Amino acid sequence: MFESLSQRLQNVFDSLGKGGRVTEQDVNAAMREVRMALLEADVALPIVKNFVNTVRERAIGAEVHKRLRPSEQVIKLVHEQLIETLGEAGQLNFSGSRPHVIMMVGLQGSGKTTSAAKLAMHLRKQGRQPFLIAADTYRPAAVDQLVTLAKQIGVDYYEEGVTARPPDIVKRGLEKARASNANVVIVDTAGRLQIDDTLMRELEEIKQLTNPCEILLVADAMTGQEAVNIATGFNERLKISGLILTKVDGDARGGAALSMRAVTGVPIKFIGVGEKISADTLEVFHPQRIADRILGMGDMLSLIEKAESLYEEEEAIRLQKKMMENDFTLQDFLEQLRKIRKMGPVSQLLGMMPGISKLQIQGQLKSEEVEARIRRVEAILNSMTKKERERPKILDASRKKRIAKGSGVEVRDVNDVIKQYHQMQKMMEQLRKGRFPKLPGLDGLGF
Amino acid sequence: MGIFKRGLSKTRQSFLGRLSQLFGNTTIDEDTWSDIEATLIQADLGVETTETILEYLREAVREEGLTRSEQLYTVLRESLESLLEPPRELNINGRPLSIILVVGVNGSGKTTSIAKLAHRLKRAGRKVMLCAGDTFRAAAIEQLQKWGERIDVPVIANKAGSDPGAVVFDAINAAKSRGIDVLIIDTAGRLHNNYNLMQELVKIRSVIAKAVPGAPHEVLLVMDGTTGQNALKQGQKFAEAANVTGLIITKLDGTSKGGMIFSIHNALHVPVQFIGLGEGINDLVYFNPKNFVDSLFDDTDE
Repeated sequence: MFESLSQRLQNVFDSLGKGGRVTEQDVNAAMREVRMALLEADVALPIVKNFVNTVRERAIGAEVHKRLRPSEQVIKLVHEQLIETLGEAGQLNFSGSRPHVIMMVGLQGSGKTTSAAKLAMHLRKQGRQPFLIAADTYRPAAVDQLVTLAKQIGVDYYEEGVTARPPDIVKRGLEKARASNANVVIVDTAGRLQIDDTLMRELEEIKQLTNPCEILLVADAMTGQEAVNIATGFNERLKISGLILTKVDGDARGGAALSMRAVTGVPIKFIGVGEKISADTLEVFHPQRIADRILGMGDMLSLIEKAESLYEEEEAIRLQKKMMENDFTLQDFLEQLRKIRKMGPVSQLLGMMPGISKLQIQGQLKSEEVEARIRRVEAILNSMTKKERERPKILDASRKKRIAKGSGVEVRDVNDVIKQYHQMQKMMEQLRKGRFPKLPGLDGLGF
Repeated sequence: MGIFKRGLSKTRQSFLGRLSQLFGNTTIDEDTWSDIEATLIQADLGVETTETILEYLREAVREEGLTRSEQLYTVLRESLESLLEPPRELNINGRPLSIILVVGVNGSGKTTSIAKLAHRLKRAGRKVMLCAGDTFRAAAIEQLQKWGERIDVPVIANKAGSDPGAVVFDAINAAKSRGIDVLIIDTAGRLHNNYNLMQELVKIRSVIAKAVPGAPHEVLLVMDGTTGQNALKQGQKFAEAANVTGLIITKLDGTSKGGMIFSIHNALHVPVQFIGLGEGINDLVYFNPKNFVDSLFDDTDE
């Protein structure tokens, strides 16, 4: 079906030609792809609009990462912005007097009852005494379901069938909980539409009655554009305090998480990842994980991170200084080469370099060849003494002969490396003078 | 059709009611196109289906020289309708025992839909029996049994945690010996990307086929109407494992737009048989594409 966002962005930037400068128009084209990708991931349109505007602003003002191609830079920005928007994992808030009350609310079939039981186990694992109240009198056997689960996990509960009004059941259940050792009461309510005024009023009544420390909206990770209406509806009536995203063990992209977080501003507290009732199937929310999921990307980002981590700030400053002082030696050249090698197989790295992946695909550039060339340059540099590398000027004919012998190449290969080094120096000189040279291709770098 | 319209009225207002506004007496410009795109996307039609429709519209504009947005409106309506097909008559006639297998992800509304469907068939004079094939979820069996009592339809059930294949086998035997003519089998909710559970469905199918050659005669996939783009994958995976013959889309009485109907239909070519418009026993209605689209566009009556 659809290509991944990274591929699509790559296509956008490939089609820009070799100008090398990213214009505002290019950014707009990229943002259109970002918009589509988010929509495919079920992020709601109004949220996508805001999100894309923010990313666009950041993209225009962003510093250029030397080791990332434009498409990757955009993805990185999108990813960062996703994480920022998704927010940190929310902790449960236990304020006010005991027993603390947690209300579970949501649409039919979102997973409230299952999540209530899992939450009880989670709380018990934290050393608390949970207590469950079965307040769904509408769906047939919903009470049985909660009771079965409570017995299964050995948690105290209260139920009185389906004839009483839910607020009354909750009131009596709370009294029962107070009389027991329980310090956290979880109220399982019936599924309802956020536009069902009668049933929403019932929840308001339960809220008033119990003064809950948490009202958790339980929502299905597969929810589409409707997520905004659901979250807004429940939040307007109840002022929810957190979200639980369920069925995350499915393969939905989970854009609903972003939509609901964005419109309510409340944190996502847990994600449900399985049918089994266990503390393990209710996980603390990690924004990174959902962000990756929304983008539908796996290894890509770790590669980007890898590239960045090796281009540490300190190193960058040191190099910059050297460049400014026109002091870039063969020793620096060797260190840079080693760094690049350390990042992994060249074939993998090539894919990350601007303009390279295409050549590679077209068969014009064989990664083994490049790898061999890099190895040869490294061997030549290694055959030099440190003094030679730091003061390339002293390299005379006899030294070059020795180096060639030591690295198993011809003297002209040694000369090539030195020539390439001088080219790099020249380039840096231009940089220093504030002129932006044409970015060198791979050959210019001497590989 | 009253109930259909009532249920859809909210949808209509929020979805194509807004579109109708766009289609005032104006000329077609870039804003018109981006507004249509936005509206279709927000109705969960998905990027791909939306682009298919937009392409269709652009072609119509080119070929027929359309200039006014209300002309575009007519074409849009037609194109939406052309993407849907009316439900077939359920294949549950002309044999002693017909079997309907009902499948879907967790929380989509299988059990409730089964009760509504059983009630509908019973009122049509059929001898209906239910099979509690969800032996996994706590109290799923009790839920079906309670519905059975309410609508006065027998329910065959086994113990919770038992093999679903076994209860299906028992139910088929019971149905045969009691002269039942439609057996509806409930199954546990399962996520379509869970290989083992999907294989379990394959197994249940083969148990049914062994007991009654040619069965199941209908395999209905129940889908939550608030589902977004994942609906497509859901449909594809269930179709693969269980050979789905029709869809039931639930929870369309809320503000959800139900636009995933278009994309699934487009990909699977399996008709939407029913839609769920509420929690009442009568709130399962035949899907009617024309009325669906009409209701979406019609914002004069409320």
